[in-house]
Amino acid sequence: MNALQQLFLTKKQNLLSLFFTAGYPQVDSTTQIIEAAETAGIDFLEVGMPYSDPLADGPVIQQSSTRAIANGMTLELLFRQLERIKNRVKIPLLLMGYLNPVLQYGMVRFVQHAHACGASGVILPDLPLDEYDQEYRKLFEEYDLSPVFLITPQTSEERIRWIDQLSNAFIYVVSSAATTGKQQDFGQSQQSYFQRLQAMKLKNPLIGGFGIHNRQTLQQAWQNLNGAICGSAFLKKLDIAPAPGKAIEMLMNDLEIQKKQKV
Amino acid sequence: MTSNQKLFSEKHTTSSSEKVIKHNIPNERGFYGNFGGAYIPEMLYPNVDELRSNYRQILESDTFRQDFGLLLRDYVGRPTPLFYARNLSKKAGAKIYLKREDLCHTGAHKLNNVVGQALMAQHLGKRRIIAETGAGQHGVATATVCALLRIPCTVFMGSKDMARQKPNVMRMQMLGAKVIAVESGSQSLKDATNEAIRHWINHPADTYYLIGSTIGPHPYPDLVARLQSVISKEIKVQLLREEGTENPTHVIACAGGGSNAAGAFFHFIGNGKTRLIGTEAAGEGVDTKLTAATINSGKAGIIHGCKTLLMQTADGQVVEAHSVSAGLDYPGIGPLHAHLHQTGLAEFIPVTDTEALEAAMMLSREEGIIPALETAHALAALEKMAFKPTDVIVISLSGRGDKDLQTYQQYFTKP
Repeated sequence: MNALQQLFLTKKQNLLSLFFTAGYPQVDSTTQIIEAAETAGIDFLEVGMPYSDPLADGPVIQQSSTRAIANGMTLELLFRQLERIKNRVKIPLLLMGYLNPVLQYGMVRFVQHAHACGASGVILPDLPLDEYDQEYRKLFEEYDLSPVFLITPQTSEERIRWIDQLSNAFIYVVSSAATTGKQQDFGQSQQSYFQRLQAMKLKNPLIGGFGIHNRQTLQQAWQNLNGAICGSAFLKKLDIAPAPGKAIEMLMNDLEIQKKQKV
Repeated sequence: MTSNQKLFSEKHTTSSSEKVIKHNIPNERGFYGNFGGAYIPEMLYPNVDELRSNYRQILESDTFRQDFGLLLRDYVGRPTPLFYARNLSKKAGAKIYLKREDLCHTGAHKLNNVVGQALMAQHLGKRRIIAETGAGQHGVATATVCALLRIPCTVFMGSKDMARQKPNVMRMQMLGAKVIAVESGSQSLKDATNEAIRHWINHPADTYYLIGSTIGPHPYPDLVARLQSVISKEIKVQLLREEGTENPTHVIACAGGGSNAAGAFFHFIGNGKTRLIGTEAAGEGVDTKLTAATINSGKAGIIHGCKTLLMQTADGQVVEAHSVSAGLDYPGIGPLHAHLHQTGLAEFIPVTDTEALEAAMMLSREEGIIPALETAHALAALEKMAFKPTDVIVISLSGRGDKDLQTYQQYFTKP
């Protein structure tokens, strides 16, 4: 059982996760952000593997990826950075990115290195479900890595059930049919979507993402799902804050979370 | 072979072992051998799936076939002539025919695809059309058909390309399309494509994404190839009349994303009689960084939702292509062509900027036809190949050269 699965055994609600792009704003920011997130009591992290053509992402994550690549971030370097801190931090980590860089690195080698540097899971939004099932499922299981898949309000029930069956950590609930960072406040459509998911009684926890940026969006995700992931809003803070710890503090203010309440 | 490459080829054996019934048509999952598929985030899944589950049925329906046929005839101007190029034949020492796609409305083969997909959008009940464009040819074609069919149209174009291709921006605007400047990434075709896809993610219900080439997630490569296949269908009929055989010994076409080559090759693929030759834009040379010769310098990977050959760094970041011809300036190539290359069913030869420019002048002087720069890449193959007097060669003259006059002028008046 990986660290992420252990977390879900003990904590079942009000989970908070952050997404950030490795190598942004500076190439060495990766480890600083992870350590700051652990100190701040964030439950788990998605470490973005930057890609030149991030189709599902809005301008904020795109720009962070472009900057990170220009900073010299690569998968090789990311694994070295994670290796360096793996004994110092306990916060569960997921690697999130697009399939092409992973294929060039080699899927077997990628999974081995992800496992070796302590990652709990992988999110590759453009990896087709059938391809995962037929070609990589055994490999992921062998290295105790959890695959995480996205669902949207348009995903059919049949597909959600398939994803639930393939998953062993959580399901990433995309709040609306939109690229990252595009959403305003959540409304009735998100509410009914979240309730529809609840009613399905899935085996995996549901974590909401895309558009979590203030109290309203966070609370609505927390009330209906098991937790929330904040990405673009966090990257915006990283861009203006002097240090990652400060960026998390600023984000917590926007989300109106007291540090104490979180732990 | 490195372990990476080995893994990659091993990984592919699953899909390649699946039955490929015909080499010009992908399997159920959208694979031509090892290439194709639909590598898309879940946000795109419903849009792409809707098209995938309906396109074959729509293409085969009587109303679609009738509407498409009439528009091809009366609006696009088909069939386009198959012209016996006497002077060029003498020069090459073989019979050379030119398939005159440059005589289509808007000046290139592009319109065949656009007419078909715009009708497809109507059949699917979509109310808006979006498209990406590089040099603006596909954007102009889309704006044209959308004006005709009264469909609101938005075209995404890199801001760099907008500055380079002002006349096409003006054409699109005159035709009533909204042109959106793309500022992300390299501000060219690849980023215009990303932005169009993002827009589609954000407007899934009412919008149809009209892709301009045989690229993108399944079913687009197949859909576009089928719509362009009218080119080789006509060649067969016309050649039978002229030469008493349906099958030329050679078909030559340029390939960027590959829609013109797909159309010109389609009915000859795997016939055992016709050598299919694609020409790629080598830019300054295949071994330089300034190239767009994807097949000759790219590696297998994923771009814009399909598995194919693409130009990328060792880390798998997509790199920018370079060619003097904006229409071939794309770092990937359609999965059909990657497959034809891998199986040897077609060969792809690189043609440099200079070779293409010289070939454009050659055709202008020999036959009185100024070709598009893209097309000039196909003509340049004549210089690189040896022919027998009995050979019958069809070259797809994919577009006319009006749009490239400035480039020609700069090159040929250079001191």
